[in-house]
Amino acid sequence: MNKTPEQINQDLLRPLYHATWRFYAAATILTALVVAAFFAWGYQIYYGIGVSGLNRPVFWAFYITNFVFWIGISHAGTLISAILRVSNASWRRPVTRCAEAITVFALSISAMFPLIHLGRPWLFFWLIPYPSERGIWPQFRSPLLWDFFAINTYLIGSVTFLALPSFPDFALIRDRADGWRKKVYSIVSLGWRGTPKQWHRLEMAMRIMAVAIIPVAVSVHTIVSWDFAMAPVPGWHSTIFGPYFVAGAIFSGIAALIIAMALLRKLLHLEEYLKPIHFDNLGKLLLVMSLLWFYFVFAERLTTWYGNSPSEMAVFWTTQVGSFSPLFWTMVFCNFIIPAPILAIKNLRNKIGWTVVASIPIIIGMWLERFLIIVPSLSHKILPYNFGSYRPSWVEITITVGTFAGMGLLYLIFSRVFPIISIWELKLGMTKGEAPALASQEAATEQPQGG
Amino acid sequence: MNAIYGLYPDPDSAQRAFHVLERAQSELGFQDRDIAVLTGEPYEEYDFGQRDNVTRMPWLAALGGLVGGLSGWWFVTFSQKSYPMISGGMHLVTKWSNGIITYELTMLGAILTTLVTLLITARIPDWRGRKLYDPAISNGKILIGVNNPPENAREELGKRLSAAGAEVVKECGR
Repeated sequence: MNKTPEQINQDLLRPLYHATWRFYAAATILTALVVAAFFAWGYQIYYGIGVSGLNRPVFWAFYITNFVFWIGISHAGTLISAILRVSNASWRRPVTRCAEAITVFALSISAMFPLIHLGRPWLFFWLIPYPSERGIWPQFRSPLLWDFFAINTYLIGSVTFLALPSFPDFALIRDRADGWRKKVYSIVSLGWRGTPKQWHRLEMAMRIMAVAIIPVAVSVHTIVSWDFAMAPVPGWHSTIFGPYFVAGAIFSGIAALIIAMALLRKLLHLEEYLKPIHFDNLGKLLLVMSLLWFYFVFAERLTTWYGNSPSEMAVFWTTQVGSFSPLFWTMVFCNFIIPAPILAIKNLRNKIGWTVVASIPIIIGMWLERFLIIVPSLSHKILPYNFGSYRPSWVEITITVGTFAGMGLLYLIFSRVFPIISIWELKLGMTKGEAPALASQEAATEQPQGG
Repeated sequence: MNAIYGLYPDPDSAQRAFHVLERAQSELGFQDRDIAVLTGEPYEEYDFGQRDNVTRMPWLAALGGLVGGLSGWWFVTFSQKSYPMISGGMHLVTKWSNGIITYELTMLGAILTTLVTLLITARIPDWRGRKLYDPAISNGKILIGVNNPPENAREELGKRLSAAGAEVVKECGR
């Protein structure tokens, strides 16, 4: 890519000024789905949580599945971006902001689900640790309270991680804009000028943040897994849950990132910036995570089967050959059997379409995995007289579909107000001469060498 | 704002101009702190990009983490002792689970301290717009100049900035 700074500015700022009919069509459809989801939530608030499929003994189902799923997707961004920054991977530059935005939106969406699940969301402040007049202080031994601290720390860290490197790009927009845009971007750029001191402090802050945010991201999904693992429920009370959840989160996160990048590339005409090499590299990571996911699933199931505890085996058999088995085997197909061969074959992995083909089933499979962790265990909870079943209502399905639409809509809006690729970081990579190295890697990738 | 500056197309010519200004300080009557450098990206490999690169930010972040962690530990322990809740046969003050909240608040303390340190030391936000700036920086130009130059040295400064390779030399506040 031999482009001048001016051409890079024009290419990457174009989406902020011009929207195609595709953008408006997508925004309209997604908005309609989000409105439908809010209607369903309003319906549930008005008529009560009974309109959902939640009932004894399955009190956690779609909503908590969505909560865990979106927390997992949030690992796409800040964690992956931070790892790539710490490892100084030069190919990261066009990828990081796409990824960091996913984290902020996915976390915001996931944080809505405890409120939706409450049934009476106006009592949301009961989730916050505060000394109430009821004489009940927060129960610090509850994993739900650990969630509060972990998710909020991750959210604050992720917003900071997204915002810090945006100031120079906001300043760039400020310099080129007029009218209301100039006013808005003058405010959000915080008066950035680009002195050596500002650059040095920004880079230092990003280095510290990258190091700090990795353990926070790991802790968040570990703590979400402990919501389950701390309970003596069959299928949940397992020491493997922490790393199993973290690996699954990174797995689904990378898949979401690949899909988002492919859509952005197409919709915003970023073909010269989001190249096959970026998808190829992410595809390699995705392959590793697919293998790791399979290893965890096998290890977990094998340990359960070998232990042969009656209550554990009731859950085990219902997922292997019972009523949940179609979902279980669909999950295995989606997370391993479909994506692993695609991603293992170099000639497929270096084609963007194929990485997307591998990623879409992973999103479906990882949602199913979260569902299969929660519902079979609760519907087969130790004593057979207490066994039950679960069927989602239209309210839960509509809200679930609405959150996916909400994610897409937030991302579309984001691409209209933020440069979706960090412009100054991209230019920095070119100044440092990373482009030739990347080009040679790209050339090597494109050579037909088989798997 | 009173300044004279040149806009340079590449870091090498900017480096030359920066060295010219460093050498001309005593001769033309301005000080090192008057030299202005503004860029659209960091140039840490060049001398002009290495100004003011000493910071205690990592130590402050560690200190912020320590304060966050201690506050978290105190907050949880104080709550548990002040409002005792016996549950699950656990101790009143449970070190294992309290460690989780302490850990999260340690990281939060480090993150927030890093953010605050950045804002204070980089002197942002600053919306007054009274300081030297040129929008050409956004298009890859590098600004090297002198704030508050002595009146009698302006002409000479303009010549030297131009000779170092400036595409254009500008003055403001005269």
